[in-house]
Formats: sequence, C-alpha cells, structure tokens
Amino acid sequence: MFVITCPHCCEAREEEEFHYEGEAFIARPVDPEAESDEAWGDYLFTKKNPKGWHWEMWNHATGCRKILVLKRNTANHIIAGSWTLSDARKEYDNERATA
Amino acid sequence: MSRINKPRIKHKHSRVNLSKPLNFTFDGKPYIGYQGDTLASALLANGIKVMARSFKYGRPRGIVGSWAEEPNCLVQIDMGAKTTPDLKATQVELYEGLVAGRTSGWPSLAFDLKSIGGHFSRFMPAGFYYKTFKWPAKFWPLYEHVIRKAAGYGASPIEADVETYDHKHHHTDVLVVGGGAAGLLAAQLSGQCGASVILLDDQSEMGGYLLSTPNTTIGGKNALEWRDSVITELQSLPNVQILTRTTAFGLHDMNMIQAVELLQDHLPHHQRNAIQRRERLHRIRANKVVLATGAFERPLVFGNNDVPGVMTVSALATYFNRYGVACGKHTLILTSNDSAYQAVADLAAGGVKVTLADVRDNINAEWDAHFKQLGIDVFTGFGISEVLGSNSVTGARLSKLHPTNPMENFEKDLLRRRVVNVRDISCDVIASSGGLSPTVHLFCHDGGRPTWSDESLAFVVSANGRANAGIYCVGAVTGEFQLQKGLEKTVQTTQEMLASLGKSATNTMALNTNEIAPNPTKAIFHIATSKKAFVDFQNDVAVTDIQLAVRENFKSIEHIKRYTALGFGTDQGKLSNVNGFAIAAEALGKTIPEVGTTTYRPAYTPVSFGALAGAHVAETFEPRRYTAMQASHEQFGAEYETVGNWMRPWYFPQNGEDMQAAVNRECLAARNGVAIMDASTLGKIDIQGKDVREFLNRVYSNSWSQLASGKCRYGLMLNEAGMVMDDGVTACITDTHFLMTTTTGGAANVLNWLEKWHQTEWTELEVYMTSVTDHWATASLVGPKSREVLAKLCSDIDLNKDAFKFMEWRDGTVAGVPARVFRISFSGELAYEINVDASYGNYVWQALMAAGKAFDITPYGTETMHVLRAEKGFIIVGQETDGSVTPLDLDMAWAVSLKKPFSFIGKRSLARSDTVRTDRKQLVGLLTEDPTIVLKEGAQIINSSNISPPVAMFGHVTSSYYSAFLGRSIALALVTDGFKRRENVESIFAYAEGKAIKAKIVSSVFVDAEGARHHG
Amino acid sequence: MKKDYSIWTLLSQGLKNHVGWQPTWRSSALKDSYDVVIIGAGGHGLATAYYLAREHGVKNIAVLEKGFLGGGNTARNTTIVRSNYLWDEAAMLYEHSLKLWESLTEDINYNVMFSQRGVFNLGHTLQDMRDIERRVNANNLNGIDALALNAQEVKDRIPMINISKNTRFPIMGASYQPRAGVARHDAVAWGFARAASQYGVDIIENCEVQGMDIANGQMQGLQTSKGYIKTARVGCVTAGHSSVIAKMAGIKMPIESHPLQAFVSESLKPILDTVVMSNAVHGYVSQSDKGELVIGAGIDHYTSYTQRGSPHIIEHTAAAIIELFPMFSRVRMNRQWGGIVDTTPDACPIISKTKVKGLYFNCGWGTGGFKATPGSGNVFAHTIAHDAPHPLNAAFSLDRFHTGHLIDEHGAAGVAH
Repeated sequence: MFVITCPHCCEAREEEEFHYEGEAFIARPVDPEAESDEAWGDYLFTKKNPKGWHWEMWNHATGCRKILVLKRNTANHIIAGSWTLSDARKEYDNERATA
Repeated sequence: MSRINKPRIKHKHSRVNLSKPLNFTFDGKPYIGYQGDTLASALLANGIKVMARSFKYGRPRGIVGSWAEEPNCLVQIDMGAKTTPDLKATQVELYEGLVAGRTSGWPSLAFDLKSIGGHFSRFMPAGFYYKTFKWPAKFWPLYEHVIRKAAGYGASPIEADVETYDHKHHHTDVLVVGGGAAGLLAAQLSGQCGASVILLDDQSEMGGYLLSTPNTTIGGKNALEWRDSVITELQSLPNVQILTRTTAFGLHDMNMIQAVELLQDHLPHHQRNAIQRRERLHRIRANKVVLATGAFERPLVFGNNDVPGVMTVSALATYFNRYGVACGKHTLILTSNDSAYQAVADLAAGGVKVTLADVRDNINAEWDAHFKQLGIDVFTGFGISEVLGSNSVTGARLSKLHPTNPMENFEKDLLRRRVVNVRDISCDVIASSGGLSPTVHLFCHDGGRPTWSDESLAFVVSANGRANAGIYCVGAVTGEFQLQKGLEKTVQTTQEMLASLGKSATNTMALNTNEIAPNPTKAIFHIATSKKAFVDFQNDVAVTDIQLAVRENFKSIEHIKRYTALGFGTDQGKLSNVNGFAIAAEALGKTIPEVGTTTYRPAYTPVSFGALAGAHVAETFEPRRYTAMQASHEQFGAEYETVGNWMRPWYFPQNGEDMQAAVNRECLAARNGVAIMDASTLGKIDIQGKDVREFLNRVYSNSWSQLASGKCRYGLMLNEAGMVMDDGVTACITDTHFLMTTTTGGAANVLNWLEKWHQTEWTELEVYMTSVTDHWATASLVGPKSREVLAKLCSDIDLNKDAFKFMEWRDGTVAGVPARVFRISFSGELAYEINVDASYGNYVWQALMAAGKAFDITPYGTETMHVLRAEKGFIIVGQETDGSVTPLDLDMAWAVSLKKPFSFIGKRSLARSDTVRTDRKQLVGLLTEDPTIVLKEGAQIINSSNISPPVAMFGHVTSSYYSAFLGRSIALALVTDGFKRRENVESIFAYAEGKAIKAKIVSSVFVDAEGARHHG
Repeated sequence: MKKDYSIWTLLSQGLKNHVGWQPTWRSSALKDSYDVVIIGAGGHGLATAYYLAREHGVKNIAVLEKGFLGGGNTARNTTIVRSNYLWDEAAMLYEHSLKLWESLTEDINYNVMFSQRGVFNLGHTLQDMRDIERRVNANNLNGIDALALNAQEVKDRIPMINISKNTRFPIMGASYQPRAGVARHDAVAWGFARAASQYGVDIIENCEVQGMDIANGQMQGLQTSKGYIKTARVGCVTAGHSSVIAKMAGIKMPIESHPLQAFVSESLKPILDTVVMSNAVHGYVSQSDKGELVIGAGIDHYTSYTQRGSPHIIEHTAAAIIELFPMFSRVRMNRQWGGIVDTTPDACPIISKTKVKGLYFNCGWGTGGFKATPGSGNVFAHTIAHDAPHPLNAAFSLDRFHTGHLIDEHGAAGVAH
C-alpha cells in the first residue's frame, strides 16, 4: 500500500485517497480520422506494461482531484518520484533523451 | 530423585497468581487453573497429556510449544455466537468460566476413528490422494465427502457475530515490533531521544523470553527486574505508546504495518464491555520499523517424536519458570546447542529429575561442572532414536550418533558389539532443542529475503540490510542468540536508526549478562529411525514424506511444501519449516541455502475476518444515500431500489397493492393526470469557463455549438471505443456556464472522465467542473395536468406553452423557493423538472403534493419511470447498453454529429470495420403475439420455437413491461440486423424460463411517436 | 501413456516403503533444437504440450519454465471452474474446457480432485438480475447447465447465507451452474507435467527465456539462461509476464498486469459445500477439501509484477464476505497471497497467431484462467500444430483489437472468477 506525495497538495497521503489512471503519456492522435484501424486500435488498447520503471497517472480523487504522474517500479513498488503532468513530461523526455 | 509430586509448583518468578483460582472446562470436563495461566499451562498443570488427534493418522497429540508456534493443540473457545475455532491453547489466556472444546478426535480424544486408518499409514504417504480415489470416476464425490468430513479442525460459528471491531490509524517515527529484551531496549533508546514510538508485543505482558528465564541477569539484575525497570521508564515517556496483546501480522509497502490488538477475549464474560470492540486493527505507518521479533526454538526430529509429552526446551522452560508448571517428574532433554542448558539447570534446581543428552561429543566445562553438582546424567554424542510410549511418553531410546554423519544412526553397527551405545531411559517428558529459527516473517512480507547463516545455523535477517527502506532488525531475529551481544548490537543498530531520523541516543544501562559463552551448535536436524519421525505435526508430514517427494522429482522447496503440505497449517510451519528445508536439502544432496525457504506471507499469525473488516460491516459496510425528500417517501410507503449508492423509491404500494397494481396506477396518473417523481439522484455537474461549448462538443457525440442560453439538450457520451457510456440533459445557463446531468450510477465516473480529458489532453480549454449532485433536489412533475399544478406555486415564470417550450429552462420561484425549472421529459408527457436548493427539497415536494391534491397527484418510483420511458423507446444506459452498443445501434444517429470539426471522443471508433457493419445488434421494439404475456428481461432472441440446444441467438430483451396505458405488454430488444427486420415486421421468439414466446419486431416507440404529448 | 497410479500400485508400494515410485515427470537436459517450444510450464503451458504430443503427434517438444513448474498463477488461484459465460465465443471455449475437466482425472491418470459442487453468482440489484437472466438463458441455449434462482432458492441451497432484505446488498437471487466447481490446482500442473513427460515432452525448469531470434518475420530460436535453442515454433503461455515476453518479439500487447489477491482461513469443519461469488460486494468464497475457506478479491487497480497487492483490498474482501456470511466474522485468515493477472480490455483471453510467423500467444486470461486450463491447452495446441486457430479460439485473436470485434465479458467476469 503506497504513500503517494501529491505534487499539487505537496503532501504525502495514503494510496486510498488516489485512483490509478493508467499509463502516462499515451497521446491521443491529433487527427484520429487519419489513423488506420490498426493504429487506432493500438492507441486504444495496447500498453507498455513494463516490468520495471513505469510512468503512470494517478488522480488525487478524494483530495485535490488533480492528475499526477508517478514513476514507479512495477517489479518492487519503489516510487522514484511524483510530478505534475507537465513537470513529469519534462522528466520523461529528459530520461528518454539520455537513454 | 525428583522432588516434584504434582505438576503445579510454587515458583518464585512465576507470573501465575496461585491465590486466584479460575474454573474452566475442556472437552466437557471441569478443571481449575489460575490467573495468569494460558489454557495450555492450566491443562498441563492438570496433568492432561492428550489434547488433540492428528490430522491424517489420528495419532494422539499433546502440547509442543508455548505460544504461536504450537502446531497441535487447536481448541474451540466459547459457544454460540461467540464461539471461535482453531485458537491455539498456548495463546488462550485463562479466565473464569472459560469453555474450551477439542477440535479433533472423533468420537473422542481417547479414541479417534482416524487412528484405525493410522495403522495403515504406510499406504498414505504424501500425495497418495493424487494417485488414488480415481476409480470409479463417479465415486469421487463420495470419496470427497468422506475426506472433507475427516478434514478441518474447529467449527465455524453458525450465528452472526455479536461483537464489533474497528481500525485505528497511526503515524509514528519508530515502531518496535516485539517486547523482548532487544525490543524493550530499542524502544527505550528511541523514546529517550524524543521520537514518537510504538512498542507492541503479542503477549499479555512485555518481556518475551525474559519471562521464561528469570535466572538470567542483565547488568546485575535478574531478567524480570531488568524488564520492570525498562517498562517503568517507557511508561513514563509520553511519546511512547505500549500495546500488549497486539500482533503485527503484516508488513506492507512503505512500512505500513497491520497489527491486531485483542481487547476483550482474555476477560471473563461478565467483565467484557458490550460497547467495547472485541479486536482492533492498527494500521501503523512507521517512518522506521525495528523488528525485534526474536526466534522460535526448533525441535530435533526423531522417531515417534509426536507422542504427547515431547516438546521444545523453551516451552518446557516457559511452563516451568513462567507458569509454575512442571510438565513431568523426570525430564529427558536432547539438545544440539547450549541454549537449552539454562533450562536444564533451572529445572534441576527446581526439583525436577533431568537427564541430558547432547548430540555433540563435548560439553562446556563450566556447564559440565554445574550439571554434575545438580546431579544430572549427561550423555554426549547421543541422540534419541525413538520415543517410548503411545498416549504419553514413558521413556526414550538413546543411541550413539554416527561420528561423521550425524543424520545417520550409529546404533545398528554398534548394537551387535557394544550394548552401551544404546540406552533406554525412562522419563515422562522429553524436550529437544535443535537451535533457534529467527522470526523473519515480517521482514519478508514485502519482498525481503532471509539469508542462511552457517554460524547461527539459521535463516537470519540483516540488522541494517534494509535500512534504506527504514527497516532495522535487533536481537535474535538477526541470528545473534547471545543476550549480551544481542543487546550491545541493539544499541548500535538503534543508534544508527535514530541517526537517520536526526536523533542521537546514548545507552546508559549496563548490559553485561551472566551467560556462559556457548560452544557452537551442531548442524543436526533429524536422527535416523525406523519409526515415523514427524517434521510438521499439524499436517502429519514425516521425514519419509519429504524423502518421497524428492524421489518423485519434487525438487523445488515450493514443490516439496505443496506436495507434502509442509508448513501449510495454522502454525505456518514455525517449528517445522527449517527442519523441512534441511531434510529436503539432505535428500536433494544440496546445501540448505541452495534449497532456500518457501515464501513468508501475511498473516504472521491468524487474524479474524472481523478485525480485517473493522467497522465496515452491516449498516456501515457501504454507505446508503438518500435524497432530501426521503421523509416524504418513507411516509408514502416507498419500496426501494438500490441504484449505485442511492436508495431510490421503486414504487409506492397503497392499500396492500402488489407492485404491478401500484405501477399501473402510477403510470396512468402520469399519462392522464399528474404524477411526481424524485429525480434528485441524477448526477449534476456544473461546468463553467469560456470553452465549455467546445468541451461539450468533444465529450458528447452531438453538437453544442448552437444551444442558446435558456435551452437544454439531450447528450450522448461515448467512450473512446465508440460505445455508449452515459447520457443526460445538459442546459445552457449562459454562454460560459452549463449544467450537465448524468445517470445516477454514472455520476462519479463521468466527472472523473471529464476531468481526465481536461487535465491530460485539453489543458488549453478553460473549463471548471464541480459536482453539484448533492446541492440540488429535483422533483419531476409529470403529466397533462402538471402545468396547472406548477402554476399554483409559481407565478414568476410564464408557463404558457409558447413562452416556455419543451427543452427550455427558466429561473424562478416555486413555493417561494428559488428554483430552476426545466421543461424536459423522460416520460413523453408534458413535464417540469423543478430543481431547488436541496435544503428545501422536502418542503417543495410537499408543497407540490399539496398543490396537486385536487388533481390526485401521484408519486411514482423508478419502476414507473422505466415503464413510461420504455413506452417512448427511451434508453437507460446500462440496461439497453452493456459496453458493446454504439449510438447507431440504438437508432440514435440523430445524436451523432459527424460534422463537428473536432473528432469527438469515440468518433473514430465508430468507423472501424466491426462498428460499421450494418447487421449489428440494433435496438427495436417487440410486441408479443399474446398481449398479456410480458417477456422476461434478459430473454434471448431466437428465430424459431425450437429450444433444444444448441440454438443460435440473435440478441436479447433489454426492457419489458406491462403498459397499463396501452393495455398490453411491450418490450425493447437488441436484435441482430434489427432495423432491417423491423422494416419487415419479422417475427422472432424470446426464450426464457424454458419457453420460447413469439413476438414481432416493431418500432421502439410505442406511445406518441410524433411527440405531441410532451410538446403539449 | 502408463496408467500406473491406482490403489493397487499404492498398496504394493506401501509394502515396499514407497521406494519404487518413479519421478512424476522426467528431469530433462535441454536439447539444441525442438519442433515446438512452449514458454511457461504452468497449467496452460503443460496442457498445451500434452495435447500437442497426444492429439497432434508432435514429437520433439520442450516446455521452458523460468522458476518451478506450476509456480505462477496455477499455484495462486482460487481454483474455481465454471463455464457460464455470456457471449457465445467465451461460453463455448469455457464449456469445451469444462467437458475436458470432467474426464481429466482418468485422462491423465492423476487425481485433480475436480469437485462439481456448483457455483452461485449472486445478484443484488434489479440490473444484476436482468444480467443473470440474460446469461442463464444464453447458457441454456448453448447447452450449458444454468439456473436462475430467487433469494429463497439460494437460501435453500446455502442455509448459511444472509438473505435479509435489510442488508446493504440484499441478495435478490443468483445464477447457479451445478456442473461448476473447484479442483486441486497444484495437481493439475503436476498431472499434466507427468502426462506430457510420458509422451516424451522435455520439461526444463529454471530456464529463463532471455531473447527471441526472429529473422524475416519467422521464428528461428530462443536465447535462454541455459543456452540457445533452435526452433521454428514457439507458444508463449506466460501469464503474468505476457507483455515482457511479447516485447522480446517487438510486440506490444493490449494487456495490463495487475495484482490479484486471495486468502485462506484456518481449516474448519465442513460448512460451505459450494462456491459463492458476488460482483457487487467484490468477493467470492468456497471451502477446500482441507477445510479452509478460500476467498478471493478484486484486482488491485495499479499494475505490478510483485505478486503482492495492497492490504486494504483484503480488508474490503473480508468485509464483503461478512456481508454475505455474518458468522464468518470470527473465522481467522491464515494466509494471504497475490498473483499477477494479465487483463485485456474485454476480459477475454488472447489465443492467437502473431505478426511473427511461428510465434503464438495464449495470454490475457485475467482473473479466470485456471478454469480454462485443459481447454486452453487443447485449442492452443491445435493453433500451433495447424498454424491456424481451432474454431473455438478463432474469435480470440489479436486483430479483434483493431477491428473492434471485442467479446466484452466484463459483465460476466468482473471480479467473478
């Protein structure tokens, strides 16, 4: 059972206050009509689902109701950090750039 | 010569108060124990040896341990609604009037039918049931019935629990688990430097093994005095909370510890407080966890080691020193290590005749001299090859061990030549010690693993190996079994832990002890024998079972566990696991660390479902929500339907009506006069901001660009896969302010959904969303007379049909209360939805009832609502839809605007190859051939009256009612290629309850297709 | 196959101190190449190998297991077997499996203790009852045994259950499948391992697949912790790690892996002789032959590969069971655990060819894979042997996520296993 620090409230709270919202940074295609059925299906359904570090969204559902991003290791439940969506995006892009 | 003539002795350090006798019964017979006894110590003091029968072979069993490790003596405590099964007699505190029952042995403890089968135990090795009970196949249920009857210990209560439970949440700097010497010291050091500390222990008082070894001294004080001094100081510190009878049973991510506190079970019934909880589950978030969980002594495994009277040395010492019970007059102690010696000395000094067998060849000189002085016979290099006696120990056969391979017996070779190598000893109790097994469970619950220590001969955990997770370990759990060294290391580890909190502590207590430096423990786990030698008593797992498993290629320790049931019992293998691992290692030709351990999982010891649930039971299991008009509904005799968390009036039976009669009456009132429904439960989301219109265009399938202030529109919401997920009417308040309504059950999901899209994809849109469901109370005034009723209460809105049109809303006052009135209709009738501040909800409802009295205004519930809307062909999301239905399938293309510039949620999915099929299941109406027959909702659509399977199905009936207005039944159905079949008015059959009923496919609108009524 | 497990061999071995029992399955050395390699020696993987050898005559088969065989979800589930699914595709697949269960003990000469004690799926709302009616009618027309019961009929069959109208989730009725039941989960893996081994299948434990050798869109071989294996056909049956294995082939799956927790009580005298499941309260319960109440929960919402979940899920499940059976409040939880379930968007499995020729996946069983073990192996073996799906699994292909032809069983599955 996690303790999650909400970057909006700047407080560490119990997992029960939050709602898991799935993999982060799955962007909706800008022009859905231009996508093939296959590409659209992949956007709808496929997931990275990694064993290891996972960038994921949580909603501080019974708190500020804002979405935040966790970088969490799915193999051992270690949480590397939590960010607002925009800050997380920068972290995520940096990580991918240096990888 | 023994100076003991009865088991109960006067022991100056005993924790039992001999001046307070307590009456109790076990297995129907009365006994007397004393305050401070456990049920186990009291039974032993009464000379009871056989307290249970074994699971598989029905062998007589007695007490082996003194606490949570006890495998045998499971008892049923109390009767009726408070009966509790499977408690360990060793953990049950005695109280006046306690009633304990056996949980095994049929027809009696003295004779168990299973023991007859036990004579054939050679045919019942591990896993025998996989190989047999297969023939004839149809007999398996019979075999299984017999197996099930033979299985199980205690009986579940059959009455609802009358006691209650709760949860308490803590946040603390330091949690110390275990109140033995190391835990007390760690808590003291932590408390002294001002950290918030919780110290918990599962026993009735702190002290751990100190209570069992009063002749040990620390800093010159005897163990109990030392303990008392530390507790006194801890009690004086306001930042230290001490919890006794509290078991930490699970350690979870980020140091969330679940601990259960037993609050009342130790009290006699007349002292229990009916409003006090029985148990409390503490959820403790600890910045730092100090595990001072100690160790259990593991027995040595030898032939017939399950005869009642065979126990562990630590249990024997505990009964003697702590409870003042001498388990026998002549005790044989077998050990592989020095930890047993203090007990040997204590017992001998206390008047028990003791014989000591040590599997090692040499004995520490200091102890040897001491034992000689006490007149103890000592056999070195000997083991027990078999216990003598059946219902209780009468003696043991000692035999010389093989000098190089101690698991093998020397006996056979030597027997022929030198009888001196075998000795039959007569005794009435045997206690063995094979070393200590640290209680590593909590350390391992969240992914930690123990490591094997050759030095400690045990799986141990590191003192600070998980410091980065805030977990520290002190005392015996680390494999440090000497008290003085353990305490010195505790100081060091605790200081390190406190330093990580920015605190420093200095130990001021002398920690020197009177221990004699021990010789190394010998790595021996079992002694060869031709008799059954049990590893796991509770599951009747013998050494030969483990060897058989290995022979059959079960080579992973998890396989061995699962095949033999080793460690599967309610003791979770606290005594047996390490012996099992060692015996498996021997059979596999591997080392113990190569074999490894099975997985440690919560619960450390069993915990009641009640404690887990806490207060979340009965009325507080999940909340019920009622609307502001509840008092009126109650008064009017509502029956309720659960919708989400809401209790909605279902129908209002009057004068003993059944449901159909009530619904008929309510429907006709709505169609012919006036009726009123509480619509407050619909979700309401207030959306404001300059981009609301664009936002609605994106989340609804229809268009919102043209909706003017003062107007409303029905909206259909799709998920991204194009399937209908919600619907409702949204009103334009101003150009930048809309009020959305959602389904009752979908309200929370829809808000989450909207917020997620806004926050993740469309941050550029300026919209603000607030749930206002609870802020408004809504009464739907329905029927041709509704305008007249409303007119009586509302003078500031022009209700003229051309001034206030269908799908418009107005601000005004109703019964003097500010209101928003929506002219919308889910019934197809002229209707007004009157929304007021929820605080006025009931007042306005009653005002409407009074105003409508002249028109015989009729309250109606959800059932009538369903009939009215079905007559109009209006869908209910979740009833007409199931996550696989598109708006086009519902014949609602009018609610899908493909021209909107932004590709609304779900639009692209409507163009996939499966969703563009024209022969999908489509919503149509059904009329039965016989108008009196109401189809069953959930009936399957088939093409002929043939119902012998397999029968191809083409959809199902989603809604079906008797329409009093039409004087016949109607139904809605999703039917494959339904629109085309509707054009041809094809007939189908609806199958339910074993019957196929003929019906024709028609339009889903049964009443007023042109909409004259609601525009009226 | 030798049918050498019987009361007679047991008696004769008993007289010989059981020294003559042969290994349940052979320990094999890894060969350089195989005709078919199955990744994952759980129930489904071993069943696949067994049916490949027995029904399709494939000779040279290996089953690779990174840990010990049967140690994944096979060892962690609550052993419920039923086939009362809503949609034709799912119902026929699970019914195929249920029929195989009914003769499995004889078939593989290993007592899997399949106990047809019936399963109740409770309904607590009017919509639950509509869904039950719909599903039961569909089952009947598909030839699957199913009954829709009202609350009193439920009480008549389960006297312990609380059907008071005053509870938060009053029981309005149930669907009941008499032929459903439970089985001994470990025995299924061991029995299939033994049977497959007797047909010559090599079972390689402690052998982890580390990479896939794919050239020109065709499977060539596997890199493993025990060396390279040449093989043109690989069937992946790695519940809990399907995405991880698929990634080796460059395939992204419509799968998320979640913890699913369960727990058992201490052993009790017989009290409940059937299986009771409720989606509304999120819990289900049966009693094992050993006497433990076996209780399952809903999944944890986050993804995880740790085989453990959050304790509040267990706490809620205990509350749910007390809601149904208030007398179980004083019964104690002995042990809890977790598995990793690979969930799909429509709560139905993927039994499919892939874009790599010779690579097949059988995954995404979510919370309900155990019941499908023999049927899953049976149709997957067919798919591998013919490089084309069996009619019963044609609908469970990966391309349904592109066409949109999902088989949405959420209503039927939910937490219900």
